[in-house]
Amino acid sequence: MSQRLGARAVLGGSAVLLVAAFAVGAVSGAYAISLSQLWNVLTSLGQGGSNQSPEHLVFLNIRLPRLVLGVAAGAGLGMAGTLMQGLFRNPLADPGLIGISSGAALAAGITIVLGAWFWPVLPRTLGSWTLVVMAFGGGFLVTLLIYGLSRSEGGTRMALMLLAGIAINALAGAGLGLLSVMATDEQLRSLQFWLLGSLGGARWSAVILVCVAVFLSCWAAASLASPLNAIALGEAQAALLGVDVERTKRRAIVITAVAVGAVTATTGIIGFIGLIAPHWVRMVAGPDHRIVLPASALLGAALVLAADTVARTVMAPAELPLGVLTAFIGVPMFLLMLRHFRGRI
Amino acid sequence: MTDHHDSLLLPSARRRDVLRVLSASALGAAAWPAFAQDKRLPRLVTVSGAITEVVYILGAEGQLVGTDTTSLYPAAARGTPKVGYMRQLSAEGLLSLKPDAIIATNESGPTVVLDQIRTAGVKVEIIEADHTWGEVQRKVQAVGRAAAKEAQARELQGRLDAEWAQVQQRVGAAKGRKPKVLFVLSHSASPQVSGEKTAAHSVIGYAGGVNALGGFHGYRPMTAEAMASAAPDIILTSTQSIEAHGGIDRFWERPELALTPAYKKRALITQDALLLLGFGPRLPAAIGELHDKFQAALA
Repeated sequence: MSQRLGARAVLGGSAVLLVAAFAVGAVSGAYAISLSQLWNVLTSLGQGGSNQSPEHLVFLNIRLPRLVLGVAAGAGLGMAGTLMQGLFRNPLADPGLIGISSGAALAAGITIVLGAWFWPVLPRTLGSWTLVVMAFGGGFLVTLLIYGLSRSEGGTRMALMLLAGIAINALAGAGLGLLSVMATDEQLRSLQFWLLGSLGGARWSAVILVCVAVFLSCWAAASLASPLNAIALGEAQAALLGVDVERTKRRAIVITAVAVGAVTATTGIIGFIGLIAPHWVRMVAGPDHRIVLPASALLGAALVLAADTVARTVMAPAELPLGVLTAFIGVPMFLLMLRHFRGRI
Repeated sequence: MTDHHDSLLLPSARRRDVLRVLSASALGAAAWPAFAQDKRLPRLVTVSGAITEVVYILGAEGQLVGTDTTSLYPAAARGTPKVGYMRQLSAEGLLSLKPDAIIATNESGPTVVLDQIRTAGVKVEIIEADHTWGEVQRKVQAVGRAAAKEAQARELQGRLDAEWAQVQQRVGAAKGRKPKVLFVLSHSASPQVSGEKTAAHSVIGYAGGVNALGGFHGYRPMTAEAMASAAPDIILTSTQSIEAHGGIDRFWERPELALTPAYKKRALITQDALLLLGFGPRLPAAIGELHDKFQAALA
């Protein structure tokens, strides 16, 4: 009963945190927008938006898409982290484990450093979408590769997948190292900042695409909650309970690749959200995926929004890379909790 | 500081250049009708040290509301609000300074952020950085246009063009072998050398030397065998690199350098990184100084 109560509290609490983080993010930023100006912007939305004050432009074209991207990115990463931890039955699993982030990073690196040389046609046809499309494709391809490598007669073996993931991640790291040697100074800078993650490039067109990808992934992930609960007992037991384990694995991997691929391709690598959001939820609400999945998505979104608000205000008018902040905030908190809960893990 | 004051005393412009700048600024004025009407001077953000220098020479520093972290000269520019490194700009941060125009090179970014700033109604002037004298001219014109100081920009352009012609003539008149010069960049631990299509490559050529390294673009890590085969007569580096190494003696201790002809004569030339590679209004002075040092090192 108390577990059930805790679960509700966690869902509600995460939702409240997300709303609070969104509100704080909406009113803070390098560009000063007072509450009354913000009210004017919001109320004029219904009237066709004929009033194009600077505050109007900054809020609607820069801050709001960034907030929405933050919600989508955090929700996608939090949800995918839960899927991976459920699938690997390991609280330390992370979406990056199956190669999505490093695959996306490698593809982005190849595009930045060799793009003009390799595919003179591609940037002309895809324009500014080239990098996003390549990164998404890279993440997806590497995930498929790792999935393929982990197949054996009895189905997909998670230990194999983990090892293949480590190997392919290392290979992608080496590829990025090679690219950074070949890169010019400018390319190196774009590569480096891309690897550190940022919501700064939020444009409505890209934000809407990411939102659609994350929403569809979360919707599809909801149906995996019960199978994942069964898998928590062990794959053999899950099969005895009538769960199609292989199908669940496949779907979880595809969902993760779509959500994290879309997010990473737009924002670069935002670390530790997929690791800590589900972890926190599970510590309070227990392991039921019907609660952990939605709560991690909400909490992940709140965490990304909070970190991004700090990233864009603390050094204003300059900005900190978001990936640096999520690591600085996420890792110490994670370590503290490891110490606190060490008996229970 | 003395460098650019000297340059201000040089003879006035050639007619052709004046005409060209006049027509360019007429176009510029048409693009800025708002400032012709109200007398408020446009607020500027500059992204690139050399562009910031132009603002100060034109006396428009009062209009400067922000600069990037590469804007280190003159010293007063260090005190302006910093919008971050030139390749990692923040849209909202830039807009919070309420600029009327942002002047940057095409090395600035991210592109998306520049688009966002344009969408918010701020003029974004992008200058192509191709490491030529034309780049310096474009910077002067762009600042003059954006700062509503076209007349001053024309005057400066004339002075600089004359100064440039004089330096180029002096370099062209130099007799004898052109020295093979190797540029070493090392603001951090691992030194890099410059191939083609770099600011250093252009600067060496303008000052009457030959880049000892060709066959690749951009910067590469420095290796001993590459040093030996390049066989430079002179090593060129920035004063910042020497500082990073902890002094000239420590710099020469690098094993890669021991295989070069330059090592035997300890032929090392240093110049401030922004002066040397910035392609700003001090370029004629920097090239003249570099040329003299090349000649002295060969003698």
